[in-house]
Amino acid sequence: MSIFYFIAFLSILFAVLVISAKNPVHSILYLVLTFFTFTIQYILLNAQFLAIVNFIVYMGAILVLFLYTLMLINLNKDSEPMKTNLVKIAAVLGGGCLLVVLVGALKVLGISQPVILKNPDLGLVKNLGKVLFNEFLLPFEVSSLLLLSAMVGAVLLATKDKKTTA
Amino acid sequence: MESFFDTVKTVPLNHYIILSAVIFSIGVIGVLLRRNAIVIFMSIELMLNAVNLLLTAFSVYHGDPNGQVFVFFIMALAAAEVAVGLAIIVMIYRNTNSVDINVLNRLKW
Repeated sequence: MSIFYFIAFLSILFAVLVISAKNPVHSILYLVLTFFTFTIQYILLNAQFLAIVNFIVYMGAILVLFLYTLMLINLNKDSEPMKTNLVKIAAVLGGGCLLVVLVGALKVLGISQPVILKNPDLGLVKNLGKVLFNEFLLPFEVSSLLLLSAMVGAVLLATKDKKTTA
Repeated sequence: MESFFDTVKTVPLNHYIILSAVIFSIGVIGVLLRRNAIVIFMSIELMLNAVNLLLTAFSVYHGDPNGQVFVFFIMALAAAEVAVGLAIIVMIYRNTNSVDINVLNRLKW
């Protein structure tokens, strides 16, 4: 039980550091740590497939993509823009209001049964694969189309076109 | 191994919801607070991850594997979104030499 609260504290801490770090590289490194705490949460819920996929896709693919982009666009420190204090206070107030509304709605709802793992095989690859390839076969194929179009779009956007742009 | 998963059984569902709400709100604050387009993207990733954790917690709570399959689709969507978004950011940087979103006001009336 205390593992959950420790990991939850760590994820909140690293998430705050992600948005407060001045240097974008530090932000990305803190984001890796945040994703790692989420992976631990999935393991605690015995969602083994999601834990591995989260580890590979988020911490492997997406973070490398972020780091490469940061390397490509070569930010220097003095070009890092910051907003004025008024906008900062307004942003924190807005986000805080959202949090208060969500937690307040939760208090009114007032359900508090513990999360019990009824079926220990729930998050295993065997079980999820059966669901994915029976009920969700069509969405699975459509998501392959989505990934293909994303790949084509990314290549199309990021390549330099010498004819149209000077 | 079984005793390891017993530890999580005493956590109320409300605490998972509160944790996800906090992470989601931090993501919203990040989008509002920062002007660097890449940090804004990272905040969006934080929000997507908060939703993923909540879907997984509910899936375990109800003993229903559909929620975890949904998380898998969200991850595929996030990968596609990041690839296209970062390509757009690189293209913007080539044109304006900056990733400050306040420079991108050409659509503003």
